[in-house]
Amino acid sequence: MTTLDSGVDSLADVTSSEDRLRRFLLGLPGVDQVGAEARAATLGTRSIKTSAKQYALDLAIQMIDLTTLEGQDTPGKVRALCAKAKRPDPADPTAPQVAAVCVYPDLVATAKRELQGTGINVASVATAFPSGRSSLAIKIQDTKDAVASGADEVDMVIDRGAFLSGRYAMVFDEIAAIREAAGDAHLKVILETGELVTYDNVRRASWLAMLAGADFIKTSTGKVSPAATLPVTLVMLEAVRDYHEATGLHIGVKPAGGIRTAKDAIKYLVTVNETAGPDWLDPELFRFGASSLLNDLLMQRTKLATGHYPGPDYFTLD
Amino acid sequence: MSRFEYAPAPESRAIVDIKSSYGLFVNGQFVEATDGKPFKTVSPASEEVLAEVSEAGPADVDKAVRAARKAFDKVWGPMSGKDRAKYLFRIARLIQERSRELAVLESLDNGKPIRESRDVDIPLVAAHFFYYAGWADKLEYAGVGDDPQPWGVAGQVIPWNFPMLMLAWKIAPALAAGNTVVLKPAETTPLTALAFAEICQQADLPPGVVNIVTGAGRTGQALVEHPDVDKVAFTGSTDVGRATAKSVAGTRKAVTLELGGKAANIVFEDAPIDQTIEGIVNGIFFNQGHVCCAGSRLLVQESVYDEVLARLKRRMGTLRVGDPLDKNTDIGAINSAAQLAKIRELSQIGEDEGAERWSPECELPANGYWFPPTVFTGVSQAHRIAREEIFGPVLSVLTFRTPAEAVEKANNTPFGLSAGIWTEKGSRILWMANQLRAGVVWANTFNRFDPTSPFGGYKESGYGREGGRHGLEAYLAH
Repeated sequence: MTTLDSGVDSLADVTSSEDRLRRFLLGLPGVDQVGAEARAATLGTRSIKTSAKQYALDLAIQMIDLTTLEGQDTPGKVRALCAKAKRPDPADPTAPQVAAVCVYPDLVATAKRELQGTGINVASVATAFPSGRSSLAIKIQDTKDAVASGADEVDMVIDRGAFLSGRYAMVFDEIAAIREAAGDAHLKVILETGELVTYDNVRRASWLAMLAGADFIKTSTGKVSPAATLPVTLVMLEAVRDYHEATGLHIGVKPAGGIRTAKDAIKYLVTVNETAGPDWLDPELFRFGASSLLNDLLMQRTKLATGHYPGPDYFTLD
Repeated sequence: MSRFEYAPAPESRAIVDIKSSYGLFVNGQFVEATDGKPFKTVSPASEEVLAEVSEAGPADVDKAVRAARKAFDKVWGPMSGKDRAKYLFRIARLIQERSRELAVLESLDNGKPIRESRDVDIPLVAAHFFYYAGWADKLEYAGVGDDPQPWGVAGQVIPWNFPMLMLAWKIAPALAAGNTVVLKPAETTPLTALAFAEICQQADLPPGVVNIVTGAGRTGQALVEHPDVDKVAFTGSTDVGRATAKSVAGTRKAVTLELGGKAANIVFEDAPIDQTIEGIVNGIFFNQGHVCCAGSRLLVQESVYDEVLARLKRRMGTLRVGDPLDKNTDIGAINSAAQLAKIRELSQIGEDEGAERWSPECELPANGYWFPPTVFTGVSQAHRIAREEIFGPVLSVLTFRTPAEAVEKANNTPFGLSAGIWTEKGSRILWMANQLRAGVVWANTFNRFDPTSPFGGYKESGYGREGGRHGLEAYLAH
């Protein structure tokens, strides 16, 4: 617990050697599992109604990284997804656009063409997504390819094997190398919390990623279960809040995978609001990695405006 | 709207049907009081009068005790444990079925946030009845002898802070053990006890097994002093507890008392900081601090004092104070004008004695009884706010340097109901728990209750245990 306070002045020193980095991460305050889960559950009981719900639904839509990460993805599928990103609700032009479209590197160029001039970003996963099991050289090349094809944002994965075996410096160096390879692109670092398992690990990995230059820390690839959970996101929000207090820098958070309903999305927004604070209620600092979530948000939005639920067929598959 | 401001989300009152006036519940019927004046119960959040309630005088109490005696002799005493269990299970299920109504009623009459009455109080009430229903036919396995017997008639007096939960803590074990009861709810919060009387009718509980007599101190005194009461159980202030103990001294009555507290919540430098802050908040601001086991003395290791205080203040800034029926309210209304005056007085004394007072900015409603969440720093053991029970949302912060000093300070109080320890070190938790003279010691949590767990105090926090197998002992002669 002392580490945060005393670490503030010397955060740069923390990364000066492997030993210091290790001591810093292991010295971070622990997370009590029962307490963290109880806090998340309490935040989940907030009741968001009427005008607050309207605000939350529109905000959640603007925070979506509309995602397709399948082996079966084709340029046609990506074009369709981009069309949906631009005009999520065919029946209602007032529905806001999403934040970004997230695809594999080889489809970045397609997405970029479709989204030109819309203000919607193209995000690309990289670094041997989702396992991260490849050489650093290939990961760097993967990142450079994505950026060269026009990716505005890069979603990298960390080496969970290295992290779990305590080789923190290796994870750090890899993130720093990708940070450099990504150039001006926004870097989101996927921790794959479902493989890190403990909240202590989530907190350490969050700090490690932030120290190494992440713009965003992201829960999951969506390929491992459990993907995003509310308590994991809570712990990550506490980390960005504390990092901001120590450095003045704002780092974003992106839960990804498993968030399918508007009700769930609103629980996340409440958690953001009451943990990191209102500053983070901004697509620049909070994103949802999701696909089916968008339709439920649109359906609830229409319900709020018209008083009744349209059938699911009134919303497009992609 | 440019910010995420939570719109009002009030729970509907339509589900409760409050009558304009209530009689006493004696021998299975609502009856008029014969020798007391009716009094009003108000919603502390608005000062609106909710209902008029009868005051039971000595003659009414006598009738209730006679009804309880008759029911004990003729019906409930002779009944098999298995059959008593059926009634208790039925009551538990009815409480669950009517849980939303009971939660709204509790929040209206008491002022506590609906989030707590809905998610904590009422589920625990049902859980207590279910738990003790299971014991009713297994008393010989409770570890109090081969053939434990009920005392007879239990006279029970409960406080206003958890009206229905305290009723459950008292009535469920008493009935499971084969006693009949006369219970007096607090004068400011009688409505859920009267709703419970209706539930007893609904459950076809034999007349006289449960009797509810409403009223204030005079009624309670008549009940505990009634010569035909075999067992007295009291929860409330240490002063009234002392008077109760005096009045039953020299009689054959068995007695258990659950009284005040000034619990130390002890934070070590290796504590899980974010959950610790939640635990501090839950320890003192849960139920507006109207909790006998509230963590009202925060003992923080000096090495992390600044960080803990900064984080605590930031967290207190997000607490939502207001309408108890709003589902997003964290802190509701103070239960009564008298209690508010006491909290104000002690807080003023805290300032006068030189402690530094801080509350987050919060707008309090114009009507009703309200007090903002408050923290006092620079408090020493000698200050009255570190010694006396405030019974409100007021936290006194002290510091310590070593585990031994923490124990010494924590134990340096006439009370001994509960304590909390926050550390990631398991061995220290065990060592501390052995040193602390408190009935309940929580580790890395606070204010957690469970029907299977005994609860009760050391020293001036009372004697006897409620809850769990130990709670049965209080209702069995052995």
